[in-house]
Amino acid sequence: MSAAQTSGVAVTPPPVHYLNHDKSIRSWLLTVDHKRIGLMYLVSVSLAFLIAGILAMFVRYELMAPGQDIMTAETYNKFFSMHGIMMVFLFIIPSIPAVMGNFALPLHLGAKDVAFPRLNLASYYIYVAGGILVVVALLVGKVDTGWTFYTPYSDRTSDAVLFMTMAVFVAGFSSILTGLNFIVTIHKMRAPGMTWNRLPLFVWGIYATSIVQVLATPVIGITMLLLFLERLLGIGIFDPALGGDPVLFQHFFWFYSHPAVYIMILPAFGIISELIAVFSRHPIHGYRFVALSSVAIAFLGFLVWGHHMFVSGQSAISSIVFSLITYLIGIPTGVKMFNWVATMYRGSIRLTSPMLFALSFLFLFAIGGFTGIALGVLAIDVHLHDTYFVVAHFHYVMMGGTVIAALGGLHYWWPKMFGKMYNETLGRIAAVLIFIGFNLTFFTQLILGSQGMPRRYFDYLPRFETLHAWSTYGSWILGAGLFLVMFYLLHSLFRGRTAPSNPWGAATLEWTHATSPPDHHNFHHTPIVTHGPYDFLSMSKGAGDGHFEEGSIEAVPSGA
Amino acid sequence: MASSSPATATAHADAHPAHLQHHFVSSDQQFDAAKMGMWLFLVTEVLLFAGMFVAYTVYRVWHPEVFVAGATLLNPWLGGLNTVVLLASSFTVALSIHFIQKGNQKALLINIALTMAAAFVFLVVKYFEYTHKFHLGIFPGENYAYADVSVPYIQQFFSIYFVMTGIHGVHVLIGIGLFIWLAIRAAKGHFTSEWYTPVELVGLYWHIVDIIWIFLFPLLYLI
Repeated sequence: MSAAQTSGVAVTPPPVHYLNHDKSIRSWLLTVDHKRIGLMYLVSVSLAFLIAGILAMFVRYELMAPGQDIMTAETYNKFFSMHGIMMVFLFIIPSIPAVMGNFALPLHLGAKDVAFPRLNLASYYIYVAGGILVVVALLVGKVDTGWTFYTPYSDRTSDAVLFMTMAVFVAGFSSILTGLNFIVTIHKMRAPGMTWNRLPLFVWGIYATSIVQVLATPVIGITMLLLFLERLLGIGIFDPALGGDPVLFQHFFWFYSHPAVYIMILPAFGIISELIAVFSRHPIHGYRFVALSSVAIAFLGFLVWGHHMFVSGQSAISSIVFSLITYLIGIPTGVKMFNWVATMYRGSIRLTSPMLFALSFLFLFAIGGFTGIALGVLAIDVHLHDTYFVVAHFHYVMMGGTVIAALGGLHYWWPKMFGKMYNETLGRIAAVLIFIGFNLTFFTQLILGSQGMPRRYFDYLPRFETLHAWSTYGSWILGAGLFLVMFYLLHSLFRGRTAPSNPWGAATLEWTHATSPPDHHNFHHTPIVTHGPYDFLSMSKGAGDGHFEEGSIEAVPSGA
Repeated sequence: MASSSPATATAHADAHPAHLQHHFVSSDQQFDAAKMGMWLFLVTEVLLFAGMFVAYTVYRVWHPEVFVAGATLLNPWLGGLNTVVLLASSFTVALSIHFIQKGNQKALLINIALTMAAAFVFLVVKYFEYTHKFHLGIFPGENYAYADVSVPYIQQFFSIYFVMTGIHGVHVLIGIGLFIWLAIRAAKGHFTSEWYTPVELVGLYWHIVDIIWIFLFPLLYLI
């Protein structure tokens, strides 16, 4: 991290900030600073994304032609299982909340830190412990269950499942502690004048996410514990021979794992709200609707888990009810989409790299959302269940939604995190490459699925070959785009231009009241908030270039 | 850690109590935050046990005869004794908070010790119950080997019994660890009527452990 301040001709001594106030390894490993913990998560989560992404490239390469190409069917089963498990539990779930939530949330609130800094560090190390257990499971034997661990198969396959269930249990604990910390932080740590209606929408997104994390994750915890005990002691809770029921496992699993997809997407919605407003330089349209629709999605998300089980033998009545509630989720989601588009209307849109990612998100998430509604329809789902249509649908939501938004957020906050600007031209090229590569990889899979290509299969009929090959070519373009991002972001750390404190002209506190990178304690003085997060008009009255002078903010006595 | 750096001292120069962490404005804010965090944690505990209560409900509806027969093999007197012990410990833990609010550090220490003792008694009774079952060959799930009751799937009751009371017992064990920690700090005089947050938080935790048992006892032993 010392690289962050090596460039530039140093006439004056470089300013002291959170990256360089203490450079020892110990000061990083034992830090309780939310910004540093956010960066440690960034490194770990990126590593998980890299490994799981490379596994996916191998899986795609194997599927380029029918029959065995580069790996056996057993290896293939291991690869796609590891891809899913690592992407879900080690990458997507912690990605936006733990990286950008940790970094930006206290800054957004005008706080010095999260409510429980030491708990925050503990949750990081618990996450690392979960990651180590995943690696142990990988080395000990084969985990070929997919990321869903359905019984009875997970009850019979290799013993490595024991380590993997523990890994999920431990990683879940980390997720709970992060969510708990953020809820308390949002309730108790807001700066004077930061009312609920002045919270940036990213904070609302994180708030809704945290509620889901706290309420849903304990259920996957007990599910994994029961599966663990089932394998260890043969308690038979999910074993019909001992009076148990494997379908109960599916209920438990999806009671967590469906809300978990909202853990993945809600913070992405928050980032998109920030990006669209800032880069359209226009106050967000329908602030309260966008904010509360996140909470509505979090709530409804708990009532739809049965739509994963339409063909698992649940009653017809349950299926109908779950199907209807699934349609309802389209309403708050639609509210968000329309408000984002309305925000851009008559705004001054700047097509910077973060905004290109945000626009990609609007297209890709729309496809992901609509295919989700289609899958919520009972009759259609019976045909499409366990096909590539489902695979493509959740990749459009998870990757086209969450990952693209996370990339947008990373490009948006990068100057604040490291005080360096990346190469904007390469940023735009990467955004376009990722958009093209992603669609080529996964739109082909929507078609494959509708033609009957089942998911998780190692081999397939010759008639699917063309589309499979195109999908693999797409994965190369997608991979090239992502490696390009890695290249120019790392390059910027060494050679990047020094970032001004507010390069985007944003109106939230981390840009207006903190340096780039911020001080160790975030703000020199606790900010007093007098306007909303997207009030660009009153901001430009303050000081031409969007940078607030301390004196331009009136101290208003406030009861907060 | 960070509170020792000079920048903090200037951030709020006026004297503040030693327990106040640098990122909070006031003791009240710190206490409210800690308490809210603990309540949220208790919510996660409830949901953790909720999974097991759902399994109990589903299988009770499916095999009511298993649960009726299983309950007859448990000793309601020992379960009842443990219920009384835990209720008493909830009372003493509430007293410990009451006394430290009044600034009575000695009574605090006595009540923490009493609570710890009750938790220990609970585990000892549980130990005798478990070993008696194992002696008879009553194990959870596929290892069940007690032939005197011939109800199909009877082992399912004991899977649920051992998992639920076992995870509850782990919580009691964690509680004992927390009380030892509290007792050491109380003996060193760390807690005052101004600041007793850990006592309050462990007290909340102990109440949830008690409440879960209040549900487990009738569901497993009585009905």
